[in-house]
This record gives sequence, structure tokens and C-alpha cells, in this order.
Amino acid sequence: MTQAADLTVDARGLNCPMPIVKTAQAVKTLASGQVLEVLATDPGSVKDFAAWSKSTGNELVEQTVDGGVYRFVMRKK
Amino acid sequence: MTVAEPVTTPEPLPAAAPEEATPRDILIICYSGELEKTWAAMILATTGAAMGAKVRVFLTFWGLQTFVKDERRITGDNIMQKMMSAMQRPGISHRKLSKMNFLGMGPWMMRKLAKQYNVASPKELLAIAQEMGVEFMPCQMTMDMFGLKREDMIEGLGDPVGAATVIALLQEGNAPLFI
Repeated sequence: MTQAADLTVDARGLNCPMPIVKTAQAVKTLASGQVLEVLATDPGSVKDFAAWSKSTGNELVEQTVDGGVYRFVMRKK
Repeated sequence: MTVAEPVTTPEPLPAAAPEEATPRDILIICYSGELEKTWAAMILATTGAAMGAKVRVFLTFWGLQTFVKDERRITGDNIMQKMMSAMQRPGISHRKLSKMNFLGMGPWMMRKLAKQYNVASPKELLAIAQEMGVEFMPCQMTMDMFGLKREDMIEGLGDPVGAATVIALLQEGNAPLFI
């Protein structure tokens, strides 16, 4: 089941470090408990989002890949 | 004969560190002025801020010249300072590669590739870093030596500081990066 997001960041086509930077900027606009969805095509982002989640404490609740597009769903701490 | 030491019960271990330790502040010492090193510094500065760390960048020697306004051509007061800026044009858009510069052919190809692969330029990353609260600290000594004035530098830099500020930050536990 896919989680409905309060905000979506389209980072498709962007390279390191922009998917993470855009995510950090977007998460600032959310309230605690709100859900952010990020779409990315950078294969490095799989490890990067896990690291970002660990460092910032924003939970990575879902992670899927579909036709080369990664989808990360995070809940703001 | 020596008296045996009494056996003491060991002190209880200190409580384990909390699960979510606050991230260490990061201090990037931006010393080099080459394109690829400037790029690395800007990538790590923006990413550090994105990861929730307080990031400071100390700008010194060639690294300070990067933060002169792009449109400034010749800087300094005396002939040697002016010659230095003429030999290596200051500004973040005028960086050269340490290898394969080939009179600007290398950087041109690098920028072309970056565009093709959607890699943000050092200038774009700098703007993002400033927006994200990365603090830039120019080195006072380098400003004096190169004859750079506040009005030569890009907007948004902090007050010039010296090596003692850098060392104090390191002693406080900042994670250092010398680039």
C-alpha cells in the first residue's frame, strides 16, 4: 500500500547532492508527522536517503523502485 | 611484603549515549582554489547542512579568492597583489582544474559534462549553501596579503577571522575537512 504524501519533491534527473539537498529544503516546510515523497533517478540516492534518515531522525517509511525511478517516503520527525 | 589492595566494586558505567546523538558541527577549511576542490567543498557544505549539521567554511589562501565577486577582474592595492589576481582570475566562475586545465579546455569540458549529467555548478551550490545557513568565514590574514576588501567579496560572508577561531572550533569537536 502506498502512503499518501503531503508534499512531493521531483528530483528525477538530478545528481548528487541535489536530491538530498532538495529533500532537506522541502522537509523544513512540513510540520512534524507530515509525509514527504521524493522521486529520484540517482542510484546513489538509495544509500544516501538511508543515511539522511539516520542522521536527521526523519523516518524512511517506504522505499520502492519502478522503471529506474526511486520513490522515498519519509515522515518528518 | 606488600599489602594487597582491597578489592573495590567497580564504578557503575556511565549511562549509554542517547540513541540519537546530535550531529557534530562541520568545519571545512577551504584552502585550495581549483575548480574540482571548490566543487567538493560546496557539495560537502550543502550536504552537511542538508543532513542537519551546522556547517562553517573557513576561506583561506587560494580558497578565499574563490569568494571574490565574479565580475572583479583585478584586486589588490600594490602591483604584486594585482599581478596575482591577473594570473589567477578570482571568482567562483573562474576556477581552473589542477590537472588537464589546457588553457581552460578542461574546465569547459567539465562544465559541459556537469550540465549534461545535471550536476549543480559550484556557483549554484554556493547559493544553496548560503540559503541553508552555511557560515562562510574569510581569513583576515589572506584578505590583507591579497589586498582584498569586504566590497571585493561576495555578499553574505561572515566577519573575517584568524587561525585561533579555526583551532577553537576544532578543539570544540567540529569535524574537520581540509580541502
